[in-house]
Amino acid sequence: MIAFRDIHKAFGPKQVLRGFSLAVREGETAVIIGGSGVGKSVAIKHVVGLLEPDAGEVEVDGQVVSRLSRKDLTALRAKVGYVFQFAALFDSMTIFENVAFGLRRRREMAETAIRERVAESLRLVDLPGTEARMPAELSGGMRKRVGLARAIALRPKYLLYDEPTTGLDPVTSAVIDDLMIRTREVLGNTSIVITHDMRSAYRVGDRIAMLYEGRIRQEGTVAEIQQTADPVVRQFIEGRPNLRDADAAPLSASEEVAVEGSPG
Amino acid sequence: MLATVGRQSVGLVGTFGQLGFFAADTVRALADVRTWGRQVFPMMRRIGVDSLPVALFIAAFTGIVLALLASYIFTGQVPLYFVGALVGKTIMMELGPVLVGLSLAGRVGANIAAELGTMKVTEQVDALETLAYDPHAYLVVPRVIAGTVMFPVVVAFAMAMGILMGWVAATTLLPLTNAEFVRGLRLFYVPFDVQFGLIKAASFGFVITLIGCYLGLNTRGGAEGVGAATTKTVVYSAVLLLVLDAFWALTLLQPS
Repeated sequence: MIAFRDIHKAFGPKQVLRGFSLAVREGETAVIIGGSGVGKSVAIKHVVGLLEPDAGEVEVDGQVVSRLSRKDLTALRAKVGYVFQFAALFDSMTIFENVAFGLRRRREMAETAIRERVAESLRLVDLPGTEARMPAELSGGMRKRVGLARAIALRPKYLLYDEPTTGLDPVTSAVIDDLMIRTREVLGNTSIVITHDMRSAYRVGDRIAMLYEGRIRQEGTVAEIQQTADPVVRQFIEGRPNLRDADAAPLSASEEVAVEGSPG
Repeated sequence: MLATVGRQSVGLVGTFGQLGFFAADTVRALADVRTWGRQVFPMMRRIGVDSLPVALFIAAFTGIVLALLASYIFTGQVPLYFVGALVGKTIMMELGPVLVGLSLAGRVGANIAAELGTMKVTEQVDALETLAYDPHAYLVVPRVIAGTVMFPVVVAFAMAMGILMGWVAATTLLPLTNAEFVRGLRLFYVPFDVQFGLIKAASFGFVITLIGCYLGLNTRGGAEGVGAATTKTVVYSAVLLLVLDAFWALTLLQPS
C-alpha cells in the first residue's frame, strides 16, 4: 500500500503541494488527474525518494520513505517501476541495454536470463526485435513503450506512470492504455497513473483523484467522478474553459465518454 | 551597492558550501566500486586520450613562440643557450599545465556539464535513481577519477611537445645548435619541475571535472539551463584553475 499523508512541498516561493493525502490500495490502479503544473509528478516523485516532502510523509509498505537509509531506499526502489513522461531512456545505450540496465544492477540473474527477460518485456509492450536499436531511432510512442518495458522488466510490485499518453496521438494513446491494463493483468501490480487525458483515466483507473491547488479535491470511482457535482472537477473532466459552464448539471449518459473495458 | 555585494558574497559562499557537500558525496560513492569501476576506462579515453590533439596543438605553438620570445628578450645581454632553460622551465612549470588546463576547462568541463545537464533535464538522472543506481557513483566518480588521472598524462605529453617544438624552432630559426639548446635545457633543470607541473595538472583535472559534474547535475529548466550550466562551468573552472595555480606557487615554490 502507498499512502501520502498531508504532503507539503514548495520550490522556492512556489508552494506546490499543500496537504496532499491519498491512499492507494494493493492491486488497484489509482489515477491522479489535474491541470498542468499542479504538482502531480511532484507527488509521485516522493514515492521513490526523488523528492523529500517539506512536511508530511509518504509510506510504502509501512516504511516512511523520507526516513529510510540509503540502503533501504535502494531496496524500496527495487519494488517500484517508474515510467517517465518522456521515457527518460539513456540515449547512449541500445534498447536492450536500457531494458537490461536495472536487471544488471541487481546481479540476481545470469546474462542469458537477462536476455530472455528483456525479450519478454519488449514482447509485452509489442516491441519484439528492437533490442539493437537506439532510442533516437524510435517514435515518441515507441520510446514510452520501451520505458514501460524497462520498468516492468524488474517485475515491480508498484508501477508509477507519469503522463504515459501525453503528446501521443489517440490511437497510440489507446495502445499505451491497453499495455497498462495488460501489464496489470499479467503482473498484478499496484499502479499510480498521472494524467490529464480523461479518456485514458476512465479506461485504466479503478479510482480517480483530482489534485487541485495542492491537495485532493475529490476522489472516487470512475462512475463517481463522471457523475460529480463539484464544478471544479466537472470543469476539468469535461474540458470546459470556465467554471460557469461547468456549473450546469452533470453530463448526461449520452455525453459521457464511452469507456471500453473500464475496470471501474 | 553594499547589499548587492553582500548578497552575492553569501551566494558565492553558499555555492562553495554545496560544492563541498557534493565532493563529500563523491568521496562516499567511491565505496561503490562495482558501479563506477567499468566506467573509468571509457572516461579516461574520452577525457584524456581524446583531449591529446588540442593539448599538443597548443603546446607546439607555445613552444615555438617561447623560443622566439626568449631570443627577442635576451637581445645579446644573456647567452642564447638560455633559450633552452626558459622554454623548458616555463613549459614544465607553468604554461604546459595552465594553458592545457584552460583549454580542457572548455573541452572537458563544458562537455561534462552539457552531458549531465541534458541527462538531468530529460529525467535520465531520475531514471538512474529509480533503477537503484547512485548518480554520484555512476556519473561523477568515474569522471573525476579520469580527470585527475588523465590531466597529468595529457600535460606530460604537452610538455614534451612544447619543449620539442621550442627546440626545433630554436635550432632552425635562431643561431643556436642542438648542444647549446640542450645545455640551456639542463642548466637549471631539477626533477621537481616536472613534478610541480603534474601536481598542478592533477588538481586542475579534479576541479574541472568536479565543477562540470556539480553544475551539470544541478541544471534546472531546459536547453537554456543546460547552456547556463555549460557557460558557468567554463568560467568557474578557469577562475578556480588560476586560483589553484597561485595556491601551488605559494605553497610549493617558497624559497628555502
